[in-house]
Formats: sequence, C-alpha cells, structure tokens
Amino acid sequence: MNIVLSALAQLLLFLVIAPLVTGVIRTMKARFQNRRGAPVWQPYLDLHKLLRKGMIIPDTASWLFSATPYVVFLTAAMVSLMIPMVAADAPLSLFGGVLAVVYLLAVGRFFLALGALDTGSSFGGLGSSREMTISAIAEPAMMVAIFTVAIAANSTNLSEVAKSAVGQSWRFLAPSQMLAFGAMFIVLIAETGRIPVDNPATHLELTMIHEAMILEYSGPYLALIEWGASIKQLVLLTLLVNTFFPFGLSPDWSLGGVAAGLMFYLLKLAVICCLIVLVETVNAKMRLFRVPELLAVAFVLGALALISTFLF
Amino acid sequence: MNALPGYAFFGGLLAYALGAIGSLIGSRVANLARVLGCGFALAGALIETLSAGIALFAPADAHWEIQSGVPFLTYGFRLDPLSAYFNLILGLLAVAISVYSFGYLRPMKESKTAGILGFFYNLFLLSLTAVFSASNAFFFLIAWEVMALTAYCLVTYDHQNESTRQAGVLFFVMSHVGTGCLLIGFLILDSLAGSLEFSSFAASSAKLTGPLQVTVFLLFLVGFGVKAGIIPLHIWLPEAHPAAPSHISALMSGIVIKTGIYGLARVLFEFLGAPPLWAGTIILALGVVSALLGVLYALMEHDLKRLLAYHSIENIGIILIGFGASLMFIALGHPKLAAIAMIAGLFHTLNHAVFKCLLFLGAGSVLHATHTRNMEKLGGLIRRMPQTAFFFLIGAIAISGLPPLNGFVSEWLTYQALLAGFGTTEKLTRILFPIAGSLLALTAALAATCFVKAFGITFLALPRSKAAGDAQECSSSMVAGMGFLAALCVALGLGATWFLPAFDGITQRLLGVRMSGDLAAAGGLALTAGSARGGSVSTAGIAAMLVILSALPGLLWLLWGRKGTRYVEPTWDCGLPGLTAENEYTAFAFSKPLRMIFAALYQPRREIQAEYEISPYYPTAIRFDSEIESPFEDRLYAPVQKYILKIATWMRGIQAGSIHAYLAYIFVTLIVLLLFGVRP
Repeated sequence: MNIVLSALAQLLLFLVIAPLVTGVIRTMKARFQNRRGAPVWQPYLDLHKLLRKGMIIPDTASWLFSATPYVVFLTAAMVSLMIPMVAADAPLSLFGGVLAVVYLLAVGRFFLALGALDTGSSFGGLGSSREMTISAIAEPAMMVAIFTVAIAANSTNLSEVAKSAVGQSWRFLAPSQMLAFGAMFIVLIAETGRIPVDNPATHLELTMIHEAMILEYSGPYLALIEWGASIKQLVLLTLLVNTFFPFGLSPDWSLGGVAAGLMFYLLKLAVICCLIVLVETVNAKMRLFRVPELLAVAFVLGALALISTFLF
Repeated sequence: MNALPGYAFFGGLLAYALGAIGSLIGSRVANLARVLGCGFALAGALIETLSAGIALFAPADAHWEIQSGVPFLTYGFRLDPLSAYFNLILGLLAVAISVYSFGYLRPMKESKTAGILGFFYNLFLLSLTAVFSASNAFFFLIAWEVMALTAYCLVTYDHQNESTRQAGVLFFVMSHVGTGCLLIGFLILDSLAGSLEFSSFAASSAKLTGPLQVTVFLLFLVGFGVKAGIIPLHIWLPEAHPAAPSHISALMSGIVIKTGIYGLARVLFEFLGAPPLWAGTIILALGVVSALLGVLYALMEHDLKRLLAYHSIENIGIILIGFGASLMFIALGHPKLAAIAMIAGLFHTLNHAVFKCLLFLGAGSVLHATHTRNMEKLGGLIRRMPQTAFFFLIGAIAISGLPPLNGFVSEWLTYQALLAGFGTTEKLTRILFPIAGSLLALTAALAATCFVKAFGITFLALPRSKAAGDAQECSSSMVAGMGFLAALCVALGLGATWFLPAFDGITQRLLGVRMSGDLAAAGGLALTAGSARGGSVSTAGIAAMLVILSALPGLLWLLWGRKGTRYVEPTWDCGLPGLTAENEYTAFAFSKPLRMIFAALYQPRREIQAEYEISPYYPTAIRFDSEIESPFEDRLYAPVQKYILKIATWMRGIQAGSIHAYLAYIFVTLIVLLLFGVRP
C-alpha cells in the first residue's frame, strides 16, 4: 500500500512542479534580459486553455500522429516514478534503473519523430531529422557520465546511487564527479532543447528543432506533448541534482521526511534553474553543425571522469 | 524420453527432404510446387522446433551416428543445449517464413521457378539444421558447404539481373575463403585431438596453447567471421542479402549469419582452451567496430533491404560485444559474470533473428505490393497496408532497443555485463568496458534514428510514387507470418525472465554455472544483473504501468476535453497552393546531418550540374549525384584483388593446354607426394 501512496504522491508532485519549472525558467530569463515576462504560472494557464480547445488533425496523418502525444506523455510520467525525487527510494525503482530511464525517454522521442514525419510537411521532417541526430550524438556522452556515477555506486539502480552518497556529502568535489557533472549538464542542455543547442522560444524554421516537430499539433494533443516535455525536463534536472548532490533526500516516505526532502529538492532545483538561465542568457544559439563539437566536449569530459575514477 | 527428440529431429529432416523432392516433382504445376514446398517446410519446422525445445531442457544430450562407409565420415548428430538453442531459433523462423511463403510465392506463375525455389528452400533448411547439429568436423564442413552452395543458388535466383550475379559471385568467393580457413583450423584441432569429433576437440582443448592457439583463434575468427559478417569481412553481406527473394533474405539475415555466431561460440567457449585476455579484447573491439560502422552505413542506405542488411552487421557486433566480454570474464576468473555476458549475446542472437526476420518479411511485403525497394519512391503505406505497417513498426521498435520489447532486454543485459566488468580487474582493460558501453549506446541511438527514417519515409505521410499510391495490403498468410514474429517480439520482451531457464543448460555446460535464478527477482517480475541491488528492469512492469497511467489522459479528457471538436484539415503549406509529396522530407535529407557530421568517415562526393539557357539563375534541369566512399572495398579488397589477378595472369603460363605438359605435372606431383609419404 505504501508503494502505491508514494507513487501517487511522486506522480502528483511531478505533474504539478514540471510546468512551474518551465514557467520559472521563462520568467527568470525574461528578467535577465530586462523584460518583465509572463507570470511563473503561465504554463498552467496555457495547459488549461489547450486542454479545453478543439484540435486540427492534418489530413495526411495516420493513427500514429494521434498515438504520439499519449506515448510522449505516458513515458515521461512513467519515468518520473523511477527516479528518486524527495526520498531516496524511488517508488518504482525495481522496474528499472538509469538505463530504463534513458531508453523510455527515447521511446517518447522515437514516436515524436515519427509523428512529425506523419504530417508530410517539410518542417516535420526537418525537426525529426535534427532531433534524432542530436540525441544520438548526445547519447555516448550521457552514458559515459552515467556509467561513472553507476560505477561509483556499483549499481545502475538510481535509489542505490542516491543512497550510496549518504554520509559523503562532499563526494561531488571528487574530480570524477565534477567532470561527470559537466558532461551531464551539457547533455541536459541538448536533451531539453535549450540555447545554445535549440531555442525553445523560436518559430524560425531554419533554427527550430523541437518546435518543428510539434508544429502540426494543437489543442489537447499539444497540451499532452508540452506537459510531457516539461516532465521530461524535470526528470533530467532531478536526475542531475539528486545523483550529484543528494543532500536532504528523505530516507523514507514519512510525512516529515518528505516535507523536508521537498524543501531541499526545490532549493536545489532553483539553483540549477539559475545555472540554466545564466547559460541561456550569455550564449547565442549555435549553428547546427557546431553542436556535435559541443557534445564531443561533453563526451571527453565524461571519458575523463571515467579515467579519473580509474586513477583515484 | 530421450527417444522423442530423436524421432522428432529425424522426422523434421525427413519433412524437409520430402519438401525438396516434392517441389521438384510438382514443378509442372506452380501451385502444387508451392504448396508442397511450403507445406513440408512448415511441417518440418514445427517438428524441429518441438524437438529443439525438448532437447534444450533435456538433462542428457541426444546423440546419433550413421556410418557412411567412407573413411573418416560419419553422419553424427548431437543435440546438446547450444545446438538445440540454435535449432530452436531456426525452427521458429522457418515456421514464420514458411507460412509467409504461401502468399509470397503465389504470383510466381512460372511453374519451374517455383519448384526450384521450393527445392532449394527446403534443402537450405535441411543443411542449416545439419550445421547446427553436426557432431564431427567432417560432417559439419559438408553441411556447411551444402548450406553455402544452396545459399548461392538462392541469392542468384534472380539471375537475369547483372548485379544479382555479381552479388552471387562475391558471396561465393568470400564464403569459400572462410571455409578454407575453417578446414585448416579443424585439421590443426584434429592433429591435437586425434579425432574429428567435436567432443574430443573439447576434451583436448587444454593442449591448445601458445602460437598454435593464436593461429587457431585467427583461422576460426576469419572462417566464421566471414559468415557472420564481421567488419571488415562483411562486404558480401549488403550485396547478397538484398539480392535474394525477400523470404530468403529474412532467412539469411535471421539465421544464416548466426551459423557464424554458432561456430564462434563452439570454438571460443569449447575448443579454445583457457581463453587469453587478448582474445576476448579482440572480439570485444571487433564487436564495437562492427556495431558502429554497421549502423553508420545503414543510415546512408535508401534501399530498404540493403538498409536492413547493414543492420544485421550492427547486431552481429552487439552479439560479439557480449561474447567478447564473456571471454574476458573467463580469462579474469569470473564465471558468473561470463555467464551473464554470454546470455546477453545468445539472447540477442535470438532477438535479432526474430525482429530482423520480421523486418525483412515486412520489406518483402512492401516490395511485393509496390515493386520497389527504393524508399524515396515509397510513403503513405500505413493507410494502404495497415497490418504490414503495424508489424514493421513493432520490428522497428524492437531493433532500436526500445522498451518494453525484446531488443531492449538483451541490450540491457549487455550494458549490465559491461558495467560489471569495471570492478573485475585492476588493469587498464577496465576502461574498455564502459567505453564499449557508451559506443553501444551511440549505436543504439543511431539505430533508432535509422528506423525513424526507414519507417517514417516508407510508411508515413503521402505516397511518393504511383506504385506506392496503388499499393494494397498483402495476403492473409503473409500477414500471419509477420504477426507470429511480432507476437514473439512482444512475448520475448515482456516475458524475458521466464525465458531465462533456456540458457541454464548452455551456461552449465560451457561455464559450469546456472544463472536463471540469479537473474530474476521479485518472483520473475524483474530482470536483474546478478543481484537486485546492482540494477533491475521489469519490462512487464513498465508495460503494465503504462497501461495504468493511461488513466491520466483519460481523466484530463473527462475534466476538460469533452467539448473540444476534432477537425481534419490540410497540413500547413506556408500559403503555397497545397502540399504534395514533393514537399515531404526525403530519406536522403533525413540522414544529411549525420552525413555531414561523419564526413570524415563517409568522404561524401557530390556533383551538381545545372543546365540553363539564358542565365544560371534560371536552370531548366538540375542533375544531382552523390555517393559515399566504400573504404573496405576500395582500400582493403581492391589491392588484394589486383594482386591475385596478377598472380593468376602469371600462372596462366603453366596452363599450356598440352596434354603432355599436364601428364608431366601429374608425374612430378606424384613423385613429390611419394617422397613426402615414405619419408621416415
């Protein structure tokens, strides 16, 4: 029973916090650029409005186009239950560790890319091709960084990874951890489609990647995809903060522990969001063919992290 | 109990033989030949699957010998767990392909060709079964040769086509280079063991040490590597597999390349003695290179069947990563980890067989319906061939290694084995495992990219040619064949933990450990890598949770979405008059970013010629050519070929055509042989 309750609690937290994080990043970015920006709860209003609207389906599209939003949303929701959030024990960590997380997110991307091709428009194909390319190139960097952490914990189970860091709060100062963090951070930027890899605010066809894929979606389908994307973003952020800085993770699902864990969690999220906003503000978007170089840097950082694990 | 698999085994062989003879006899009437050929093959396949299934779990090996009367040659069959496992894979695929062939061969009105195809198809299945169950080297080589020659006949089935004939010759030559290496390898083993029996090779494996071990390792690596399609021995594979009729391509990519894997498993784990660390390292490195280059070349293909053929190379690489890691663990003294890595490799062998066969049959249906393999001329088939499209999608998800299907399970096991490798040694080799793992991740992600392209361009949006627009769903037997394999993809994915006991016999025999208990946790719900603490995954749990979570969008719909209407309207066309198939992204464009990123590897050349009358800004016609370098053919094989041709020209001098000269040659040879023979 306990596991059902904890799963429900974590799912609810993820569903609620994910749009908020998107809103906070947008507002902070606006302030950094001397704009007032929309309020932080704007994403909730957008979702509410989209869910109530009707939708337009392209006449070239098949059932796959309609199935895609559900797959994107459900895989993101599923993944959110497999990673430690406020407590070190993720509700469904038995169902899969970090490899399953990465591959389930890939299922969502696979379908999104197919849904984009299903519209028959050039934009869809363009976005689909770029998204799959960049994610493929990001994969080895991500895996090397993940392996470094997994090797240190001797497990791919994320709850075990989090628990192994208990009692050694300063572990993140180890060279291997710092290098792996750098690699993961670059991958995070690429995977969530942020500057300098992709610009989430653009609709210029020459530069867009994620937006090009979802151009033909509208109404509730768009809401599911947007919500799924923000959950995916939060999943990756959570993965980053809780594997490298596992402070304040509650050892169990008691009410007090969860409340304290949530406080720490939100604090950590705020810091990492600031970092992302800083990176987005001081950088310009890269040319598409410069992105592999950035990801190569991430891979080298990850490989160095691995080698320093071997040395120390 | 021991008799049942024996009767079934020979019953199955008999059915194949009857199928071969029946197709020849019935070849006057096309339909009769087709029904006899496919029917007997189906019966044989069902019986062989049953027999292999029983033998896989039997406590003792089933072993039969039939004396041939010729010295050294006995027709020896042995169904030990490894043989039974490969026979099981073969049987499952043969069932699906035989069902599929009923419909696929229907349009063959030329009676003679249908009969010949049925004859070779049954002979092929017969020889494959013999290869997997032969118990001595002599009989193994005979079965191996029959298999190669039958495969040659099937590849060149469409022999009016010049490129098909060339593919056949390439296959023939490469195949025999491999067989030559095997022959020498077996002779060396024979000289040590004093017998051609596989069991005596295994018994005397400890004698194999030093330089002789290196030689034997390299000979078998080349011999079986050619058949498996390991890079750089792969060049025949992307030519020969697509040239054959599609159901034969499915069989070749599904199981024939696995004869190489079977041979490697036999030699590496049974005959090689104590495997040195470098042997495992070489296999691991070859696996990584084959996997990565296989998928990179697949990405550049726009011919559906060639694309699938390159993916076979990739998956052979993934299997070899498992085998290489397993050998390294044996050398480092970790039999349990070795067993996990071996199970990963063997499981991927089965999984790849199932989904690759499914994909080739899907490609066959597309070819059957549209008469083209060129993806740039396809599109929109998901509406015209919904069932084929659905099954192809299942295969595409499985081969991309995405959960919860079977490809994910074996790739997950491979990752876990590689990660476990880090703690097993203090040497620098420990870095190899995670690096191999990250390159495997790159391979898997590129495979997903490739199958977004393959599925998206072939099946989605608007048809790019009239043939694709007029396509119709294929016949029900073809759908049934694909459906069976798609169901297997799902079953092997969701029920992976229940399938694990199948490997117990093999690991017990080769490594002395049984792993099925250690690999399952939570009452079989979750798959682990030795212990639940080290990491676990539950494909069944993930699938069940996805179903439960789908209540969430339902709830959203109840709360907000009920009033929303759904309109079907044209796709946004930027204000131009209507969107046509010409506006769609092409397969070439889809893979263009990767072509540019990996330009150092591909060395793409392109040529654009614009014809114009008045000004170059108003071209009347544009010609675009693009090609990528094929480094193995150009840099590795072309010089060798040139050298061999030079020697051949030089040797032509002794072929004088005069009978006296030939008699003299025979006489000299006789003398030399006698000198050697009577030498004390």
